[in-house]
Amino acid sequence: MIGNEAMARGLVENGCSMALSYPGTPASEILPGVVKWKTELSLPIHIQWAINEKIAFEIAYAGSIAGLRTVVSMKQVGLNVASDPLMSAAYMGSKGGFIVISADDPGPHSSQTEQDSRLMAMFAKVPVLDPASPEQAKEFVGLAYKLSEAFEVPVMLRPTTRVCHGGQDVELKDVKPSDRAAAFKRDPARWAATPKFRYLLHSKLNEKLSAIAANEDTKPRLLNPDTVSSTAVITSGVAVAHTQEIMADLGLLNSVALYQVSQPFPLHSAFIEEILGKYERILVIEESAPVIEMQIADRHKVKGRLNGAIPAAGELLPEVIEGILSKFCAISQPELNIPTTVGRKPSLCAGCPHRASFFAIKRAVPGAIYTSDIGCYTLGLNLGAIDTALCMGASISQAAGFYQAFKLSGKDTDIVATIGDSTFFHAGVPALIDAVVQDARFVLVVLDNSTTAMTGNQPTPATGIDACGNPRASISIEGLVKSCGVKFCRVGDPYNMPRFTKLLKSAHRHSLEKGLAVVISRRPCLVDKRVKEVKRERIDVAVSSACDGCSYCIKQFECPAIEFDQAGKRARINQLMCSGCGICIHVCPKKAIEKVEVQ
Amino acid sequence: MYPCLPEEGDRKGRGAVNSSSEKQQILISGVGGQGILFITRLLAEAAIYKGLPVLTAETHGMAQRGGIVMSHLKVGGFSSPLIRPGKADVLLLLHEENLKGHLYYLAHGGIVIANSVLRPDGTEAAKVISIDAASLAKKIQQPKSANLILTGFALSSLSRIGNRPYCSPADIRAVLCQKMAGRDKILRASLDAFDLGMLRGQEAKI
Repeated sequence: MIGNEAMARGLVENGCSMALSYPGTPASEILPGVVKWKTELSLPIHIQWAINEKIAFEIAYAGSIAGLRTVVSMKQVGLNVASDPLMSAAYMGSKGGFIVISADDPGPHSSQTEQDSRLMAMFAKVPVLDPASPEQAKEFVGLAYKLSEAFEVPVMLRPTTRVCHGGQDVELKDVKPSDRAAAFKRDPARWAATPKFRYLLHSKLNEKLSAIAANEDTKPRLLNPDTVSSTAVITSGVAVAHTQEIMADLGLLNSVALYQVSQPFPLHSAFIEEILGKYERILVIEESAPVIEMQIADRHKVKGRLNGAIPAAGELLPEVIEGILSKFCAISQPELNIPTTVGRKPSLCAGCPHRASFFAIKRAVPGAIYTSDIGCYTLGLNLGAIDTALCMGASISQAAGFYQAFKLSGKDTDIVATIGDSTFFHAGVPALIDAVVQDARFVLVVLDNSTTAMTGNQPTPATGIDACGNPRASISIEGLVKSCGVKFCRVGDPYNMPRFTKLLKSAHRHSLEKGLAVVISRRPCLVDKRVKEVKRERIDVAVSSACDGCSYCIKQFECPAIEFDQAGKRARINQLMCSGCGICIHVCPKKAIEKVEVQ
Repeated sequence: MYPCLPEEGDRKGRGAVNSSSEKQQILISGVGGQGILFITRLLAEAAIYKGLPVLTAETHGMAQRGGIVMSHLKVGGFSSPLIRPGKADVLLLLHEENLKGHLYYLAHGGIVIANSVLRPDGTEAAKVISIDAASLAKKIQQPKSANLILTGFALSSLSRIGNRPYCSPADIRAVLCQKMAGRDKILRASLDAFDLGMLRGQEAKI
């Protein structure tokens, strides 16, 4: 199983009662993993995709205060959203075991930043565990619960992409359903602490951290105890797995000590003394920030990120570590010849309703400032229909910001913001209320494909089902938009290109004359398994002889099913890729893409 | 029904085989939507079925949307889930345009198994054996089964040139049967595609 599934298994083996999350790569498969075991074994667990990470955190934290073992999981930028409750929960501490899983994405492969959640743990003053493999990630769930309950503190578990999406044969232990009953012991000095009490809680947290820095269960391990050496390599996370294999290949395991730090913060105090006393040279290999390194205050013997021995950005791929180790141990290595080929860009799927929306937006409001957001639709970049993508929900606030900035300068500018349905619920609503109150004028297009597509089609608050597939209340996006005070709110189908473009134009006029206008572009995601059963008429298309090879369709519509036929010097349809949406018929300026009957 | 599970006695216990000859590193490369994840997991489950330790690394998220997708599969006693450049025994190539970009992963003497219309004779660095899996998949009315055709082709052609894979076609069939138990139609289609590739591998000019 992959690391995320292994952590899910670890949770049910350790009596987790509440599991919450907001989807985000590379953490998205943890919650479905818990759902699987709950369903298969009829376990009493509350499982929930929350509206955002902050809410997810607070719900899971309350469960912990009530004495249950709970977990909240998210990707690293999700932790930014949940950082407010994290900072305070660290002071107040937990009752039932409380784990915060924050999955980092060095590279980054599918994220806005390479930030290191361990730094966030350090900032919040909570312990963090850093597993090296899927199997260890599962094991560390049990360790984290033990630590959390022993010290009444939230514990962070920080896997990285290679652990989350690494797969391994994992041994299963018995599942222990929780038999705890929720209980709440009133203690306002703790759970509702005023600043005076917060000071006391802070002092108490410091005492806990000192004790955790001496905790036997999580102290660093020497992986090659028979080796006598004056040199040591200290690693954590998946870098342990890479380093161990490379050191074995380079024949270094007999001559250089290799340590795994499973708890990078707080770093064991005795360990710091020990390594500084024992070794002449120390190399610290960790992702992505120098968290362990910074805690080794005596810098004379230590090499790492802070003195340039380790690159300051990018994933520590095994070949990178091989280079670092070879240099540190003065082993000559043949120069690697890695080609810098430009790969295929990720692209919206053929037939994706977002592509139709973006094309219509470019047509209806050409040359506008296009603010956008985080999701599949960020790939609207390829169509030139996105100018900004900052973080969850920022499309709306950035649109408002551009409006105010240009208004101040006495200049008119067209602004179209695009946001996905799940992102709109996550962080868009407060921004929309704010824009309405401040009379910021722009067009907001909510790209409503009825799912959280990028991360694997998790439900949104509008979907009407929960993480386990049970029916739930459904929140109407148009109802929400209207109650935010928006006067112009219309729903359109981007597959109906002429009508949808007209709708956008009237929204644009409204935004210039009267105020903010919202268009909800509604058409389900093509890869969402829940809606696949709804049959849609397939429109087969072909390129006629009217095509003069201008490539307008390829550049402006960027559908993977439209290719350029080099020999014929014109466009052609890749029938294998084509979804039969028929939108491209409206795209070609020469009307060369035509509907055809296929036998 | 498909008789595909071997007798219980044929199944090796966990950790029964772990000699260095069983160590294998396979890079699987393609683009989003080609079923790279599916065959990675299939091959990994075949390793578990054989009682061999296995590590994989998958691509998820934004990169999956039509971009280049690469899976690492390491069977035998490894600790890192990633294959280093110049260490892959086999490069399983579903999208032939990735050859240039991913060839540097291949070990000296390693083999490329490619889904390709052309029949590249190989490069200076590597032997390339190819099959037009995409056309064959279309021919059997299963356009999405090129991944299984290529897998079947790889297993049978590799064993012919002495690069014995850690698992046999029979192991893969058994795992497919396990995975798709109760879904006869899709199982039948999958086995047909896999078998077609396997047969082509036995006949291919190498």
